[in-house]
Amino acid sequence: MGDLQSQDYIRISASTGTPPSARNHEAEVAKLIDVTRCIGCKACQAACMEWNNLRGDVGQFEGTYDNPLDLDPHTWTLMRFTEYENPKGDLEWLIRKDGCMHCEDPGCLKACPAPGAIVQYANGIVDFISENCIGCGYCVKGCPFNIPRVSQVDRKSYKCTLCSDRVAVGLEPACVKACPTGAIMFGAKTDMRAWAGERVEDLKSRGFENAGLYDPPGVGGTHVMYVLHHADTPSIYAGLPDNPHISVLVDAWKGFLKPLAVAGIVFTAVAGFLHWVVTGSNEVEEEDNQRAADFIENHSGAAK
Amino acid sequence: MKYPAGTLIRNTRPARVNHWITATCFVLLMVSGLSMFHPMLFWLSGLFGGGQWARAVHPWIGIVLFVSYAGLIVQFWRDNFWNRDDIAWMASILRVVENDEENVPEVGRFNAGQKFVFWSMALLVPVLLVTGLLIWEAYFGDATPIETQRTAALIHSLAAAAAIMIWIIHVYAAIWVRGSVRAMTRGYVTPGWAWRHHRKWFRQLVTTDSPGPRPRG
Repeated sequence: MGDLQSQDYIRISASTGTPPSARNHEAEVAKLIDVTRCIGCKACQAACMEWNNLRGDVGQFEGTYDNPLDLDPHTWTLMRFTEYENPKGDLEWLIRKDGCMHCEDPGCLKACPAPGAIVQYANGIVDFISENCIGCGYCVKGCPFNIPRVSQVDRKSYKCTLCSDRVAVGLEPACVKACPTGAIMFGAKTDMRAWAGERVEDLKSRGFENAGLYDPPGVGGTHVMYVLHHADTPSIYAGLPDNPHISVLVDAWKGFLKPLAVAGIVFTAVAGFLHWVVTGSNEVEEEDNQRAADFIENHSGAAK
Repeated sequence: MKYPAGTLIRNTRPARVNHWITATCFVLLMVSGLSMFHPMLFWLSGLFGGGQWARAVHPWIGIVLFVSYAGLIVQFWRDNFWNRDDIAWMASILRVVENDEENVPEVGRFNAGQKFVFWSMALLVPVLLVTGLLIWEAYFGDATPIETQRTAALIHSLAAAAAIMIWIIHVYAAIWVRGSVRAMTRGYVTPGWAWRHHRKWFRQLVTTDSPGPRPRG
């Protein structure tokens, strides 16, 4: 997305400054994907392509409904189909709309080294500002959900924007508008949680005792949430992480190592300078020259 | 280029060229790498024409440095073997930093500090190459699992920070010990310099009638 700043940033990648935060009366938004109501029609996928002007290359049929097989720079949302055999031995066809979860604590933003290439708006949307992206792929390493994809053509990273441009002018995301069954809802996060609560209650009354809301606390909650019939095992939904969190490796790399390494480098340089001030340079003295000359006179190989 | 009469060759012409190729690569890698490491240093990427350029050229310079450092290893490894003199020298490190070299055990062509720099880099450069390849998004972004890349990124940063600190020690020591910079730019040192800092090496050269940098025979 472009840097139009029609919304306030609360987080800016690779930035040590304080983002403007005076206009703080903004509701957090969320997209609620009710997996239990999804019929797998892919209208959301088509709407995403339509609104965002994305047209991937036509690929091959791979023997699965997943089309394309994976997210890519032109596929920001993707229906993932799983044939799950439940403990009773019945087949369940699980269909999950995959894409950016818009984490409250975004690993991509934490890992990003380019100032302003990844931002989080006050409403919670995590957005890639492509003109600032340098194509390093650190966001891919930071993401707990394996979402961003770096283009081999323009070396920019792409993912779902939650239609930040539409949301900024009061519209719902394109996928929400296109969904024919109401499986994708959009609104204030509190409203979406309340609506999800009703859905979960309904599902439980119909025998899905483990139904629940997927709003993983490991990443501070997400601004894309799922209603799952089997919320106790999210991973059966095409590998949705059971307990997503920013990797400790990324935390170490982008957390303590940054100040520690800079401090170590500065300390070494300052120690060198102080040594120079205190002790000074080590210079050859006249005595060294004299003794070297004496040694040459007495010991040169030919003489010996 | 001729060496002035009465001086000793400290570094041969190929060694010097090799060294400065490595040095140039190291500085470029340090600057571009730091720009991608700490937000407050991102402005350094401007020296490369912007963040995209810094990201794009960094790995290629790294490959040149790896090849170049391999050349330095070939040229210098023999004189960097650790021996008993080095332990004695390390034991007198406080006298060394006090410029009181007269009471420090004599050393050969390289002292323990120089050997430490040499071997540290000999370890860190391959580590940086391998971890760097793993996080080279353009060519190896899909080659390994993301968890591997996270580990590689962390190790790459740690190794780079260590290498930069060692580089600062290396550069400072060259400025501190007068005559050392010239030994790497023009290649020679005076007998007095050799007597003061590398007496064992000096004795070996003189007694074998060698012009340097290694004794005859």
